[in-house]
Parts: sequence; C-alpha cells; structure tokens
Amino acid sequence: MNVFDIIGPVMIGPSSSHTAGAVRLGRVANKLMDNHPLKRVEITLSGSFAQTYKGHGTDRALLAGIMGYHSYSPEIRDALAIATERGIDYVFLKEDIKGAHPNTARIHFILQDGEEGTVQGASIGGGNILVHQINGMNVEFTGENNTILVMHQDQPGVIAAVTQLMHFEYAELNIASFRLTREARGGNAIMTIEIDGHPPEGLTDAIRKISLVTNAILVRRV
Amino acid sequence: MLKYESIQELVDEAESRGVRISELVLQDQAAAMEKTELEAYEKMELDFQVMIQAVQAGQAPDQRSMSGLTGGEGYKMKTYAAEKGGLCGSFLGGAISRALAVAGCNASMGKIVAAPTAGSCGILPGCLVSLYEEKHIPEKDIVMSMFTAGAFGMVIAKKASIAGAQGGCQAECGSASAMAAAALVELMGGTPAQCADACAIAIANQLGLVCDPVAGLVEIPCIKRNVSGIMIAFSSADMVLAGIDSKIPADECLDAMRSVGDTMPEALRETAGGGLASTPTGIRMKKQVFGDQKE
Repeated sequence: MNVFDIIGPVMIGPSSSHTAGAVRLGRVANKLMDNHPLKRVEITLSGSFAQTYKGHGTDRALLAGIMGYHSYSPEIRDALAIATERGIDYVFLKEDIKGAHPNTARIHFILQDGEEGTVQGASIGGGNILVHQINGMNVEFTGENNTILVMHQDQPGVIAAVTQLMHFEYAELNIASFRLTREARGGNAIMTIEIDGHPPEGLTDAIRKISLVTNAILVRRV
Repeated sequence: MLKYESIQELVDEAESRGVRISELVLQDQAAAMEKTELEAYEKMELDFQVMIQAVQAGQAPDQRSMSGLTGGEGYKMKTYAAEKGGLCGSFLGGAISRALAVAGCNASMGKIVAAPTAGSCGILPGCLVSLYEEKHIPEKDIVMSMFTAGAFGMVIAKKASIAGAQGGCQAECGSASAMAAAALVELMGGTPAQCADACAIAIANQLGLVCDPVAGLVEIPCIKRNVSGIMIAFSSADMVLAGIDSKIPADECLDAMRSVGDTMPEALRETAGGGLASTPTGIRMKKQVFGDQKE
C-alpha cells in the first residue's frame, strides 16, 4: 500500500466495486482481443451486478473497459452510445452463476475475424478484481501485476522452455506468481504468470515462438 | 522506511526530525515507489486538480445522479451560501456545497479521486479546495497536506478499515474526515501531535456510523454524510488549534473503531439490509430504481 492507494485512484464514479472494478474486468477482455476489431459481445451479470447494474453504471463500465477505456475515462458514461457508434453489437444477460462471487461478470466476445473468447471474473472491492476464467479455463489473477497468459499444449518441457526463456533472455524479469491449469493431460493448458515490474519489449512474441505454445498474451496491469 | 502501523510513529518521526508529517511522508513514499520527490508531488498535484474539476462539475445546476434519486445539491447550497451566508456563514456554506458537489459528481458518473473511497470522495475536496479558494492558501501547501492526509489514511487502513463493507460508514466517511482534520491542522500551522489529536477527535465523533445505502447506491445517505464529514473535520481541527486536546490518543481511537466495526451487524455494512436502506421510503426508492426484483 502506498499513499496513492489512499488518495486515489482517480476514477469515474459512483462505486469502486461496481464501476471502477467493472471497467478493469472489461479491460482484461480488451487485452485478450489484442486490438482486433470487435463485432459482438455478450455480457452476463451475476449476483449484485445483475441486481444493481443500472444505478451503478456497471453495464457502461464493463462495455467501456471492453472497448479499452480506463476506470478514469469520462467516456464511461456514454459507453453504450459509443459502442453503437462503433457498430459493436452488445447484449446484457442476467444469470445466477453458481458459486460465483456476488459481483461477477462473464464477457463473451466475438471478433470481426470470427475469433471468440471469454473472460469471467469478479470485482472484489476497492476497484480490485479477480479473473477466474479465460476461454473456459480456470485461472486466477488480479490484474495488479502485469500478467502473462500462455496457452499451450500440455506436454513435458513447455513450462521449462517458457521460464528458461524468461530467465536467460530477460535477466531483470522476476516471476511473482505462477499457476498452471489444463483441460486434461496432454490437452489445452494455460500458464498464468504474474511478473514484478514492467514486462520487457517483445516478451510475448518470443514466448509465442516456443514449440507447443499456441498463444501468449500480456494482460497489462489494469 | 515508515511502517504506517501507528499514528504515534508518524508524530515521533516528524518531531524528531523537526519536519512536518507531509514532508516526512513525501520523502518516504517517493523512496518506496522509486520515484523522485518531485514526481510524487506532481502525481498528488494532479489528484488535487481532479478534485477542483469535480467541485465544478458537481456544482452545475443540472447535475443529476444515474438513478435519478439525487441531484443539484451542490448548486443549491452554493447559491444559498453565496447569497445568504446561512447559519454556517459563507465559508462553511461554500465548503458544504463543495462536499455535496464532489459526492454528487461521483453519483452522476463524473471523475473523482477516491479519498479514501468513492463514497467519501467529497470530504477531502470539501475541506482542501475551500481553503485553496476561500482562504487563498498556496496550492503547494494544499498538495503537501494531502500527503499528511494519505499517511493518516494508510494507518487507518492498517489498524482499522477504510471499507464500508468491513467497518461501516465510520470506515469511509469517518476515515476521510479524520484524514482531512489532520491535513487542516497541518495547513493552519499545527504540530504533528496536534494533527494526531484532530484525527482522534474526528474518529471519536463518527464511531459506530453505519453503512446503509438506499438501494445499495452510493447516494443516500452517502452524499450528505460527506457534509457531516467536513463539519467534523473543521470542528475537530479548530478545537485542536484552540488548544483542546483529545483525551483518547489517536491510535486507541483507531483500535476502538476496528472493534466497533468487527461487532457491527452485517446488515449495517454496505449490504443495504438495514438502517436507512430498510426504511419504507428506502425500500420504495429501491423499487423505483430497479423495479421489483427477487433478492
């Protein structure tokens, strides 16, 4: 904690959990889209999000984050109109996601090139978030650190190849946390690697070149 | 490095080095964040600019909240204070207007500085922008005092809480008010020990305050509680500057705040399950905004 955690952040109101946190959840989806134009997004709201989203502008906040705006962007207020202007088809659904934190949202996006993706996470208070699922796979990261998601085939040596690259090519890089989840042995797997400090240039490009790695995404501190 | 685990630590360090708490904290935090003191100062200066803009945005005559339940309070109070002075006089009346304006700006999805939270965001600007605009205290001093406010907030967060869901409104508006009181004392030339006393008095005067937002929205009673927050901050600071000390030390007040928060029923901790939220009018307003929904 530092003094700017108390005097700050600068944010669009009214609620750090229902507005600022919602923008940050949306931003995780935005990072996953990797600058590809968005065609359609389905946003599922659960728990308190489903009940009170209108009064807190949670819908606008999520959509603003999905479009890449920050929790301090004045555009949040007009996010629905901006999305329409950009030709983005959006829909808000309510569903009781079983066992989920009260402030949970699931964002399913479809890009113009046909690619799809899903982010599910919760706004856990004070603008902090916890991402629980990416593309249906369980992950767990807060977005407080720069986070690298490595999609890969679950085979021996892939983790070693990634961490060796990180260590030998980028001497300053330090891993803050590491988590692996997979669908099944030998199937699709995902590494969630939170790092200290700033990510070096070209890191995800280098990781993508590793054999059996299907994609690597940097989710910058949101 | 400071630990921010007690108010006494801040007072002792500042007094032993013969500096203000703000100077001590700027130096410490710049080092902790690996920034220069100038960079840390400029970041805080930007926060102060956002506060000034939030006052202006919230004082617009047509300011309305997203839910439609509130709006225009900052403008009404500004006009009244300017034209009639009112019981509190034009200075405090103006400060009330600023607190209402910033809290209203928050409710209408405007840009604010959480200080320490969005729900209590009107208190620091209500006090500090008023000193800047009405008492013509230099911006540099105001920005520095925000480091003092922030340091007190860090200790409160560690020893007690700054989250309504954890400690009720005492943790949000109470904390903001105590932070503001300490900053005001420093701005008016008080000693570090006097800053601590003002914090203690402000906390003591808001112990037990519950968090009971109507419809779960950051509006009723939050917006007006920002006003009580500034009134308590000004009165606590003035008492201390008049030579009246706090009989209970600040750190003990914070311990009390924590234990009060720990024993507070969940219905009164931001769940909208009690207090004003569960009054017939509160329930009616909830239906008005969200319609009839199952819980």
